[in-house]
Amino acid sequence: MSATLPVTLTVNGETLTRLVEPRETLADFLRRDLGLTGTHAGCEMGVCGACLVMLDGLPVHACLTFAVQAAGTEIATVEGLTESTVIADLQRAFHERNALQCGFCTPGMLIAAQGLLARLPLPSRAEIRDALSGNYCRCTGYEAIVDAIETVARRRAAGETAPRFAEEPA
Amino acid sequence: MNAPLGSLDRPNSYIGRAVTRPNAKRLLAGRGRYVTDLVLPRMLHAAFLRSPYAHARIVSIDAEAARAMPGVRLVATGADLARLCTPWVGTLDHFKGMKSAPQLPLPVEEVLWSGQAVVAVVADSRAQAEDAAEAVLVEFEELPVVADIDTAREPDADRAAAGIEDNLCFRSRLDTGGIDALFAGAAHVVEEEFHFGRHTAVTLEPRAILADWDASEGKLTVHHATQTPYQFQDLYSRHYGIPEASVRVIAPDIGGSFGMKLHVYHEDMAVVGLSMLCRRPVKYVADRMESFVSDIHARDHRVRARMAVDAEGTILAMDVDDVTAIGAFSTYPRTSAVEGNQVIRLMGAPYRFRNYRAELAVVFQNKVQTSQYRAVGHPVACAVTERLVDLAAARAGLDPATMREKNLIPDDAYPCESPTGYKFEALSHQASLIRLKALMDYDALRAEQAALRTRGIHRGIGIASFVEISNPSPAFYGIGGARISAQDGATLSVTPSGEVRCLISVTEQGQGTETIIGQIVADQFGVAREKVRVITGDTEITPHGGATWACRGAGIGGETALQAARRLRDNVLALAATILQARPGDLDLRDGLVVDALSGAERVSLAEVARIAYFRSDTLPPDARAQLSITHHYAPQGYPFAFTNGIQGCHVELDVDTGLVKVLKHWVVEDCGRIINPLLVDEQVRGGVVQGLGAAFFEECRYDDNGQLTNGSLADYLVPMACEMPDIVVGHIETPTADTALGAKGCGEAGTAAASAAALNAVNDAMAPLGASIAQIPMTPERLLKSLGKI
Repeated sequence: MSATLPVTLTVNGETLTRLVEPRETLADFLRRDLGLTGTHAGCEMGVCGACLVMLDGLPVHACLTFAVQAAGTEIATVEGLTESTVIADLQRAFHERNALQCGFCTPGMLIAAQGLLARLPLPSRAEIRDALSGNYCRCTGYEAIVDAIETVARRRAAGETAPRFAEEPA
Repeated sequence: MNAPLGSLDRPNSYIGRAVTRPNAKRLLAGRGRYVTDLVLPRMLHAAFLRSPYAHARIVSIDAEAARAMPGVRLVATGADLARLCTPWVGTLDHFKGMKSAPQLPLPVEEVLWSGQAVVAVVADSRAQAEDAAEAVLVEFEELPVVADIDTAREPDADRAAAGIEDNLCFRSRLDTGGIDALFAGAAHVVEEEFHFGRHTAVTLEPRAILADWDASEGKLTVHHATQTPYQFQDLYSRHYGIPEASVRVIAPDIGGSFGMKLHVYHEDMAVVGLSMLCRRPVKYVADRMESFVSDIHARDHRVRARMAVDAEGTILAMDVDDVTAIGAFSTYPRTSAVEGNQVIRLMGAPYRFRNYRAELAVVFQNKVQTSQYRAVGHPVACAVTERLVDLAAARAGLDPATMREKNLIPDDAYPCESPTGYKFEALSHQASLIRLKALMDYDALRAEQAALRTRGIHRGIGIASFVEISNPSPAFYGIGGARISAQDGATLSVTPSGEVRCLISVTEQGQGTETIIGQIVADQFGVAREKVRVITGDTEITPHGGATWACRGAGIGGETALQAARRLRDNVLALAATILQARPGDLDLRDGLVVDALSGAERVSLAEVARIAYFRSDTLPPDARAQLSITHHYAPQGYPFAFTNGIQGCHVELDVDTGLVKVLKHWVVEDCGRIINPLLVDEQVRGGVVQGLGAAFFEECRYDDNGQLTNGSLADYLVPMACEMPDIVVGHIETPTADTALGAKGCGEAGTAAASAAALNAVNDAMAPLGASIAQIPMTPERLLKSLGKI
């Protein structure tokens, strides 16, 4: 099991090459090898959505993807999407609406929401709830998350953009 | 806000305001720091070989092949760890006659449930540790499995554990007297046998622990995903014989807890010993499959209950028999008997009747241990009571809301006592019911329901009143001998720049503890909220306290912060008075400035007072008291518990062909006393409701007759997801407790307490015209179709 393979991929805009075990998941690779701990492992079987990352622009379960399968792809994690301010409006809306408590599901929720709004810019509440059906949250009861995504959809449709999220004072 | 703010209404008034959580921003940016994320130099990883049998004797362990595997540093058995760690027994002295078999980190002779950790492997990586665990050979001899609550209590029953004389962990009886006569003479008696499934917390971050024994210093540091760092500091100290001051427990960001992460787990105790044996940091994170077979489970009650009612529908008495199945031993240190105890004591709590009898039996069996999980006992007591109230209403010919109007304790009847001995300071059941009916537009919903029934659409409306127990005094654990604090402590300091640091013993798991403490300190001290930094969850930094459970964060932690902030403010004003040659009573602190209390005119800034205190003490008179740090402790006084109350409504539509239930909407009116932050309170309530609805419709740990959990994965164990959950309307009544200046009582369990009861009543209401009923949760489609006679 210890034979390693070289993998070259782009993570958060940076192209890098690493040796990985064939059995290593993309989630473990991001968390352990790259220190990108914003991607979380909740069930390791593709049910809870905590490990969602963008792979070539689409939400993918990093726990169901082997690192070697990600060769040649572009991965974006919550850290990268924060830096690039792509999800700054979602982050702001989640914060304002308190659409997170413990925060463990949050990176996956943000990526699911970003994926939803990319394919369906003005979803109904039912469509938002449906799109989140693979993202488990034990804390919030979901309503605040639905509210936040609905708000961002409306703001985006109105052409509003959000400044960088992390630099604003609380 | 219908309660006057009174003395709390000051400049920088944050109490009662919906402000956002400063600490949520880094979680949103992916910068959370959970134990799962932590890496220490020379850190090793633990994995466990688990028992495939629910009850077995360990015949032999052969670890030679495993020890030779790549990266393996240690293979440890129960005997290895028993040399370091003393056994624990999960009983409390005030639960008379309670018993439980002693426990060790890993078993020496006998395994007690399927999934129990038997052998630990420590290796350079988790994968290597798991590889090696597969190579450990354990020979088991199967023993009879105790898996049924009735056979377990028969005289010659097999025992769930060798160390106990029978399978009865604890029994309790309450009786106000004359119950049989009351039932015999009652106009109506309704009765039912209820079944409440086992379920479990399913925190999204599994249990995680990283123990770091430093032999050179004799110091243990444990990074632990727990609600209660001080409790574990005490336990690691006593069971491993390390001086308390040399044990540091740090609880960083926690990915959900809900009570589950405040119990002793065998693996967690083992990891401390593994670190001592390896003299290196050792980390263990449960994977999801391990979580299902090792995190505490909860509920698992069979309740036979009846209610006596007079001809006008006045409730006369309740008679209850609760049998609850726990694991093969009682959980340490909070036990597995608290839930049953609260079930029989909370039964009927919102109502006026005075006559009550209850019998509780807490029974061992070979399954995962059960213990405290969000809203301990409340959902069971509430569902039994509220379903019986609905049945009684039907017999008396009353609408369910009218039945409650008639029987709820009047809002002007306080203080009063429940038939089970709980003392209520002030509750608001009647006002809550009125508010709920208005929010639901109850009469219109009933009219719509009747109209839809004629079209074959089966909707149901359920309501459920509840009482929630919170802010426990030492009567809860302290008097039972458990070293679990009922008080909390805070250290407040003014920094040299005039900002405030608050180190407090209550902990954060996302509910917003740090936010509300910051609001209270800023409000009461007199600075902008941004100037207050709140730090929690580290026994080496924060004063000893109970931490966050049983809704203590706001009620006890909040009052601690309030009193501490007032004391620090007095110190600042005394020093400012010395500097200004004024009287302290003529000064006030507002928005970071010492001002003339009457005119509000600025006299000197807090930053200037701090600068003088820290850097120019030479300019102060010799008797000046420059005490800009204080430590303050507060323990609840007055009532032994604070009680909150509320009422929930649930609106469902039942598909009688598939047994599927759609929850259309859910309403909650709750009274948590003083609301510190409405945004956070509402989200506590909503999250709690969804946990209750999960129990009502989906969640159940299903076992076969051999004690094997048959649905122990997140694909098989159903949790509520966004697409299945309704929008939830939350309303408030505020009845602050007079026991504290703050008046907050807590809101963490309210949602879970009554959601499943309201859902149970709603589904039964939908089925009533079809002559069907159900008294079991979760209400799965299969069970509903059986109730409807369709299968």
